[in-house]
Amino acid sequence: MSTTAPVAALSIEGLEKSFGELAVLRGVDLSVREHEVVCLIGASGSGKSTLLRCVNLIEPIDAGRIVIEGEEITALDVDVNRVRRRIGMVFQAFNLFPHMSVLDNITLAPRHVLGTPRVDADAAATELLERFDLADKRGVYPDRLSGGQQQRVAIIRALAMRPDLLLLDEVTSALDPELVAEVLDIIRELATGGMTMLIATHEMGFAREIADRVCFLDRGVICEEGPPDRLFSDPREPRTRQFLQRIIEARRL
Amino acid sequence: MTVADARRRRERRRALRASLIALVSTVVFFGVLTALVVNAPGWATVQESFLNQQVFEDALPGVINAFWVNVRLFVTAEVLVLILGLLIAVLRSLPGPVFFPVRVLATVYADVFRAIPGVLVIFILGFAISGLGLIDPRTDAIWFGIIGLTFVYSAYVSEVYRAGIESVHPSQDAAARSLGLSRLQSLRYVVVPQAVRRVIPPLLNDFIGLQKDTVLVSFIGVVEIFRFAQIKQAAAFNFTPYMAVALVFIVVTIPLTRLTDWLIARDRRQSAAGARG
Repeated sequence: MSTTAPVAALSIEGLEKSFGELAVLRGVDLSVREHEVVCLIGASGSGKSTLLRCVNLIEPIDAGRIVIEGEEITALDVDVNRVRRRIGMVFQAFNLFPHMSVLDNITLAPRHVLGTPRVDADAAATELLERFDLADKRGVYPDRLSGGQQQRVAIIRALAMRPDLLLLDEVTSALDPELVAEVLDIIRELATGGMTMLIATHEMGFAREIADRVCFLDRGVICEEGPPDRLFSDPREPRTRQFLQRIIEARRL
Repeated sequence: MTVADARRRRERRRALRASLIALVSTVVFFGVLTALVVNAPGWATVQESFLNQQVFEDALPGVINAFWVNVRLFVTAEVLVLILGLLIAVLRSLPGPVFFPVRVLATVYADVFRAIPGVLVIFILGFAISGLGLIDPRTDAIWFGIIGLTFVYSAYVSEVYRAGIESVHPSQDAAARSLGLSRLQSLRYVVVPQAVRRVIPPLLNDFIGLQKDTVLVSFIGVVEIFRFAQIKQAAAFNFTPYMAVALVFIVVTIPLTRLTDWLIARDRRQSAAGARG
C-alpha cells in the first residue's frame, strides 16, 4: 500500500432514501476500509436493510453518493450489472433459487455473468462447498436443506463471484436459534480471512466479537459509531444507551 | 372381543352401508333419467336421427380420419402459442420507460385478440388477408386456421404466463440481480423457469379450449372433423355423424382434463409440504 491515505473500500456520503412520505435514510455517512468488518445495529425500521439495499443498487437513492474503491457507483451512467458483480449480498430469507440444485445456485452467476466454463465453475463451487462442510449437498435442491444450510449455501453463492465487499442483511434472523451458530461460524471465518463486510445484525454478542467497528443506526442516521468494546460498554449517546438497555432487558446481549 | 375390534367392525359396517347407498342412489337416478328420455314423445325420432347405429358405423372411420386435420391444427398451433405467448408476456413485463411502446403494443395485442371472437379472427384471416393477393392463393387454408388460433390463444396464454411471472417473489429477482445477472438473464434463468412450472395446469386448460376450437377452422373451408360430419349429415339426412364427432372429442379431451386436475392436485400437495418443511 502506498503512503497516501488508502482509498476506502466503501464510502457513503449524505445518503438519503424515502419510500413515499417515509424518510428511511436521512443523511447517512459511513466509510468502510478494506478488510474491515462493520456491523450495523439498530431497531427494526431504523434503515439497516435499506442502507444495504442501496449499496447493492437494489434501491435507487434520492440524494448523496456511494463510492466503491474510488468509483462512484451511484453515478447515472454506471453499469449496475458490473458494479453488482463486485458486491456480494446475502439476504435474511436466503433467496436461493428453488428450481436449481445447490451446485447450480452457486455456479449460475459465475457461468453466465463472468463466462466461467462449466467445469471450472463446478470445481470452484465444489471447493467452496468442501471448505464449508456442504460437499454432500452439491446436487440437492434447496427445499431439502435446513435453514442454516440454506443460508450457508447463499453465502457461498455470493462468495463464488469473488466479491470485493460482502453485504449481510440480518442473515440469522430467519433461523431457529440452534442453527444460528453454523452461519456465524462461516462469517467469522470470512472475517479472519480478511473479507470486507458490512453486516446488519440483531446478534449483539456476535457484533461485539467480530466487528472492527459498530454503527448504531437510529431514525435514518448513524447516531453513534465506534469500536465494539467501547460502544457496547460505554455508549455516549442517550439513544444508544436506551437501545442497548432494551436489548439487555430482552436478554440478547 | 376387544374394544378396538368392535370399533373396526363398526367402521367396516359404516363403509359398506355408504357404498350401498351410493350404488342404489346412482341406479335410481340414472334409471329415472333414462325412463324419462326413452318415454319422451319425440324419442323415436331423435333416436333415429341422432343415434342411428348404421349411420354411426358408416361415419366413424371417416370422422376419425378427418380428425387428423384437427390434430395437425392444434399441435402446430400449440407449439406456436407456447412461443408467442411467452414472448408477449415477457414483453409486457419489461420494466422502464424505454420499453413503454413495447409494453403498449403487447398489451394491445393481448386485449384485441381476447376481445374478438375466435371464429371472426379466423374468418378475417382466411378471407380478407388471403384476399389481399400478397400470399400465394394456393396456400392451404389450414395455415390461416393455424395462424388465427395462434393469435387468439397466445393472447390468453400470455396472460397465464404473465400471472406466473408476477407470482415469482421479487426477492428471487433481487437475488439474481445482486449476483450481477442482467434483467434479461434474471428473467431467463430465474424468473421464467419458476413461472412456467407454476402455470402448466392453467396452460393445459387453455390447450383443451384450443383443441375444441379447431372446429372453427371449418368456416374457412378446411375439411376437418366438423366439416366432414356436416357433409356426412347432409348426405345421409341424419345427425348421427355429429355424435361421432362429440365422442372423438370426449375420448381425446378427458384424459387431458384428468391430467390437468392431477397436476393441480400435485402442486397443491407439494406447496403444502413446502410450507411445512
